[in-house]
Amino acid sequence: MANSHSTEAQGHNPDTDGSLPPEGSELEAHLQSKHMVINMGPSHPATHGTVRLKVELDGETIVKIDPEIGFLHRGFQKSCENVTWTQCLPYTDRLNYLSAMMNNFGFLNAVEKLIGLEIPERAQYIRVIGSELHRLTDHLTCVGATGLEMGGFAPFLYGMEARELIQDRVTELTGARLTTTFGRVGGINRDLPEGWADKVLRTMTRTEELLLEMDGLLTGNRIFVDRTKNTGVISAEDAIDYGWTGPALRACGVDHDLRKVQPYWVYDRLDFDVPVGEHGDNYDRYLVRMEEMRQSIRIIRQALDTIPAGPIIVDDWRIALPPKPEVYGTIEGVMAHFKLVMEGIQVPPGEVYDATEASNGELGWYLVSDGRGRPYKCHVRAPGFPVLAAVPHIIEGKMLADLIPTFDTINMIGGEVEQ
Amino acid sequence: MDRVSAHFPEAVVERYVDRAGGAWAVIHADSLPKVAAFLKNDAELEFKLFGSMDGVDRLHLAENDPRFEVIYILYSLKRREHVRFKVRVSEHKPVVPSLVPLFRGANWWERLTFDFYGIRFDGHPDLRRILLYEEFQGHPLRKDYALRDRQPLIPERPIKDIFRGPGTSGHS
Repeated sequence: MANSHSTEAQGHNPDTDGSLPPEGSELEAHLQSKHMVINMGPSHPATHGTVRLKVELDGETIVKIDPEIGFLHRGFQKSCENVTWTQCLPYTDRLNYLSAMMNNFGFLNAVEKLIGLEIPERAQYIRVIGSELHRLTDHLTCVGATGLEMGGFAPFLYGMEARELIQDRVTELTGARLTTTFGRVGGINRDLPEGWADKVLRTMTRTEELLLEMDGLLTGNRIFVDRTKNTGVISAEDAIDYGWTGPALRACGVDHDLRKVQPYWVYDRLDFDVPVGEHGDNYDRYLVRMEEMRQSIRIIRQALDTIPAGPIIVDDWRIALPPKPEVYGTIEGVMAHFKLVMEGIQVPPGEVYDATEASNGELGWYLVSDGRGRPYKCHVRAPGFPVLAAVPHIIEGKMLADLIPTFDTINMIGGEVEQ
Repeated sequence: MDRVSAHFPEAVVERYVDRAGGAWAVIHADSLPKVAAFLKNDAELEFKLFGSMDGVDRLHLAENDPRFEVIYILYSLKRREHVRFKVRVSEHKPVVPSLVPLFRGANWWERLTFDFYGIRFDGHPDLRRILLYEEFQGHPLRKDYALRDRQPLIPERPIKDIFRGPGTSGHS
């Protein structure tokens, strides 16, 4: 590292020793021209997410940057490999606390592929609605925080207002604000509450108004545009080479969305567009997220409009818990309940890689089962991981001030990157 | 994968389909760079997006020789599909050729696999731990690494909690 620059200042300064200014004439001293190494983080107000950035600066230009992750590392894989499949769900919540349902459902989708299970139609619709609600909260936070860190507090407040409204709906649905643990293998936990659909539709209307406000405050704002346009640029080839997915890749002009190319659940029945950017800079990433939120609202409206009646979880006592009257009243029900809780779902031996489109890109799961009720191997491909890996490439040689919008718009999520 | 088999018949050890219908291939470690370069550069395949990679410790599985697997997932934007393949390495010589010269995205994933499983990547420019600290002993995702083993950098205060416990290694 560049410690050589900082350690040689032991009583001798190469910048000032040459001219030897008289005592007290600090005003006439040379400007410092050494490289400076600064630490941003682990918790820095300008980087939302716990990550330490070792930045080597030449003046205001970043010469070298080394992101150091792992401050939140809590052994996600090892923990999952020592509990039953259902007990993994609370761990998946915490990968990205703003899109817990998406992580739940992505994991469950992979498990269901491993079992070879088709979930009921109503459950598929509810999964789509839950996912899109959480895509909205995630993007609202990202865009709001971007505005905040560029100096605009109002857009952040509008974003938070919309996010809180949506999270109230999520609370009504799941019983929890952030860590929902809402899915179950074979379906979902419980059905939509009474009158919930109308409330969601009203919330969507209000969210649209708030999005318009944010749009008006940010999209044409001189400061915001100056700081985000042409900063943090990455070409489409480089983004693909680094393995980017999601809004960050689409901002480079690559039309790639797993909801369209490998439709899962009922996404192929719903009508929505995939916004695509052009330049791959921070401004395009912001615009793509804004448009994605509008598309999510469109999806939620259609899904609520066309959701069919029916069961929300498969009727198979080897996978889903039996209804409570059966548990309390029959020996078969007690046995099924007991075996599921104590031993877990007996997933047949085998392996699977399955991916869904989470708010920041491809959320992939590589699962291995040895047939014993617990995951033998549980690998998560977090969308933020490759995106963060490319930060040194796109920011080296740029200004320190460019680091902040770049770090905002790639939306690094500590939980999933550090597993 | 049919094309890979046709081009490099000696490189493919085994092919099978997983429970979800995904096709897998087991590749010889020596021919990994060759196969990956073919997958990336062939005009009809273009698997350019580095999806994911990780290791698997097969210690407790029925077939556990060789012990480690390294899995690779690539994605082709042209064909709109994933390709899945893996390499098997033994415990005594856990070395796999690095794919960093081919995919820059492989850099952090290989560091992650090294960190968790101790599999070394021959030709990696900067192979060091990524999530754990440098002083950490061992590789935590190996199946013979105890679940409750703890190696705190700063001594932990004693916890009188029957669920969390102070760990089994006696560091605290």
